[in-house]
Amino acid sequence: MKLTLKIWRQKNAKAKGNFETYKMDNVSPRMAFLEMLDALNKMLVEEDKDPVGFDHDCREGICGSCGMYINGHPHGPVPAITTCSLSMRYFKDGDTIWVEPWRAKPFPVIKDLIVDRSAFDKIQIAGGFISVNTGAAPEANSILVQKKKSDDAFDSAICIGCGACVAACKNASAMLFVSAKISQFALLPQGRIEAKDRVRAMVEKMDNLGFGNCSNTGACEAECPKQIKLTNIARLNREFYKAF
Amino acid sequence: MGKLISKIPEGPLAMKWTNYKASVKLVNPANKKKLEIIVIGTGLSGAGASSALGELGYSVKTFCYQDSPRRAHSVAAQGGINAAKNYQNDGDSIYRLFYDMIKGGDFRAREANVYRAAEVSNQVIDHYTALGVPFARDYGGTLDTRSFGGVQVSRTFYSKGQTGQQCLLGVYSSLNRQIKNGNVKMYPRREMLDLVLIEGKARGIIARNLLTGAIERHAAHAVVLATGGYGTIYFLSTLAVNSNASAAWKAHKRGAFFANPSFIQIHPTCVPQLNEFQAKLTLMSESLRNDGRVWVPKTKGDTRPANTIPEEERDYYLERKYPAFGNLVPRDVASRAAKERCDAGYGIGETGLAVNLDFRDSIKKQGKEVIENKYGNLFDMYKTITGIDSYEEPMRIYPAGHYTMGGLWVDYELMTTIPGLYAIGESNFSDHGANRLGAASLMQTSGDGYFILPNTINNYLAEEIRVPKISTDKPEFIETEKAVIERINKLISIKGKHNASSFHKRLGKIMWDYCGMVRNEEGLKKALTLIKEVKDEFWSDLNIPGDSSDLNQELEKAGRVSDYFELAELLVTDALNRNESCGAHFREEYQTPDGEALRNDEEFAFVAAWEYAGEGKPHILHKEELNFENVEMKVRSYK
Repeated sequence: MKLTLKIWRQKNAKAKGNFETYKMDNVSPRMAFLEMLDALNKMLVEEDKDPVGFDHDCREGICGSCGMYINGHPHGPVPAITTCSLSMRYFKDGDTIWVEPWRAKPFPVIKDLIVDRSAFDKIQIAGGFISVNTGAAPEANSILVQKKKSDDAFDSAICIGCGACVAACKNASAMLFVSAKISQFALLPQGRIEAKDRVRAMVEKMDNLGFGNCSNTGACEAECPKQIKLTNIARLNREFYKAF
Repeated sequence: MGKLISKIPEGPLAMKWTNYKASVKLVNPANKKKLEIIVIGTGLSGAGASSALGELGYSVKTFCYQDSPRRAHSVAAQGGINAAKNYQNDGDSIYRLFYDMIKGGDFRAREANVYRAAEVSNQVIDHYTALGVPFARDYGGTLDTRSFGGVQVSRTFYSKGQTGQQCLLGVYSSLNRQIKNGNVKMYPRREMLDLVLIEGKARGIIARNLLTGAIERHAAHAVVLATGGYGTIYFLSTLAVNSNASAAWKAHKRGAFFANPSFIQIHPTCVPQLNEFQAKLTLMSESLRNDGRVWVPKTKGDTRPANTIPEEERDYYLERKYPAFGNLVPRDVASRAAKERCDAGYGIGETGLAVNLDFRDSIKKQGKEVIENKYGNLFDMYKTITGIDSYEEPMRIYPAGHYTMGGLWVDYELMTTIPGLYAIGESNFSDHGANRLGAASLMQTSGDGYFILPNTINNYLAEEIRVPKISTDKPEFIETEKAVIERINKLISIKGKHNASSFHKRLGKIMWDYCGMVRNEEGLKKALTLIKEVKDEFWSDLNIPGDSSDLNQELEKAGRVSDYFELAELLVTDALNRNESCGAHFREEYQTPDGEALRNDEEFAFVAAWEYAGEGKPHILHKEELNFENVEMKVRSYK
């Protein structure tokens, strides 16, 4: 395939960025999207030009490192997958592909497609844990958990923290991300004890970091590579009301 | 052999850890705050150790190269985590788990360490459950387990196919709690580039801030490496593409012995390479072999679509060669058998480097719905990557580099040969021998971090309480920093043509071809020559655009690849030295008449611990003899 890439290039946080155009020949439909970028970077290095910066690591959709806007969608046009799992077979010869970093005030651009998502860590540090010291845990089967609740907790817990939900939201809201963690712990007896403190601390931190409010548009759910459900946000709101 | 003192406690096997804990030195709580510990890596062992040490009151500084500690590669482990809970009443016990690991490791691991790993496994499960890790449960609300890795009991706890992710988010949450409490200071996007020794003791690190390029000095009373494995030495592997051996290798060059580097597990069921730019090979859980049948066509170069090849023209080679275990033979056996068929010309697909994993018969027998329930997410994953629907046609699979049993040599206390330097999790060598048992890596790495190191490190730190906060202005810091900067400048100033990945890829191919699933003396010797050639080219033809005082991903990569060339030479040397076949290490010269691994317990029941002797000098071999007092060394047979 021959492709035209329009990639956002920005030297650093302070620089003014712009779209650069790159022509790619010989792109195999069997490549992954990031492998196509690897090929571009190889070319750029051989021309002694600055390669495109992007975060990536596991390349199998679980670490949450990668993430970019591709043709107007976080993680690209295919639902329920991360950027690294996106195959080039979804594009066709002659396509022009637009590639941009996450666009959200709490995620400032560091370079090119790399953004600073440390705000997510700060929210988790505020209360995304159960306070149990190593060695103090009771025998694992001494607290029974309904299978349904445990399965639901798992469905919330699979969030990879990539930030697509924030990037997709017109308000740059982090509600889907925060609600996934709150839900995981709200559904488990181990997490109930600190539930009130947790939800207050995490929501307060989220607000302080400049994330917007939720206006129930649902773009986050539609773009989430792990299909985290909006019902988590409903649960977060319920937990928050109960916490005062 | 003078330098290898394994410090195995006295007493019967089952009492060693108890005895050790009863007699180990302790550190007064008031002194703990004054003692600083550096931890490198935030996977299950690193984040676990950081949390546990923080809870104890130590001042911990934790580093990772990722943008967040939540992304360490433990996150990608799929299958599960073993524990000897015996919840199924199926006869499991700590001893049995220990025995399965020792046998699975082909009798090349240290008994006392393995027993302790099995012993703390139950505490690990208790702790994760208390942290809110949503392990699978039964309808009565108790924890569910499954059978894994060809053992006869059901002892593997799991969270669907994402057990590693769930455990990692558990340790990440406990780490966050300690960050909030001020006991741990987190340094993300930092890469350790060297270890600083003062009077022979590990006293700090030189790190590069990957965002700004700044070179930083960090001091501590002890340093813990939790830096994972070096499977990306093959370039293509199941590891995260940025996983690397650099921190461990730098420590090695400062005096930490490297043990059994050639013991690398090759996982049999991975998605084969699809294109020349492929960056990694994705693992498909080996649970698929419970219902999938592995086969290749009986005719060489048969290009017909798999479904059109009639039954009598298919070679179900695992069932043919291993009638007792069939498709469920251990990982190393299955991997070698696939390679053997492909090398003989029976492989499928464009490259000929793939075999079929066929679910046709299971779907016919059990129905599509049952198969979908068991493996739905894996079939979806496979389809996402390849576009192939495995309900309709067989998956194509091929082995890939997966887990490194070798690593830094550690004693019973998990201390390396450098006083005050510890290695935990996959970065050490101690528990898996020559081949790791399925679901034993999450178990060992969690145990090391949460339960073992936080006990053993006290024994060292108790002697350090009078050592005041270490200044980073000491000459040792200045000198080491200078060496780091020189190395960076050397890389940057090559100004050749090609990027680091292109050299890494070439190195990976040499390693895979000559030091992968099957090795022989001639090939290994050839590999040494080839590695040297590519290494020389790397140092004359590498190009890194930009400079070092900024974010520079090409520079990061080049540093890691440069270390891999050196490790590759040691890895091949180790494989050459071990004139036997055991576990994942298969030397063609040492096999039974029917092609199985031939161990040599007389001469090779030892850990090969290699000492760095200086630039361009051959490594010095130290042997730790393995004494099996509690188990009888048997030949593994799966016929």
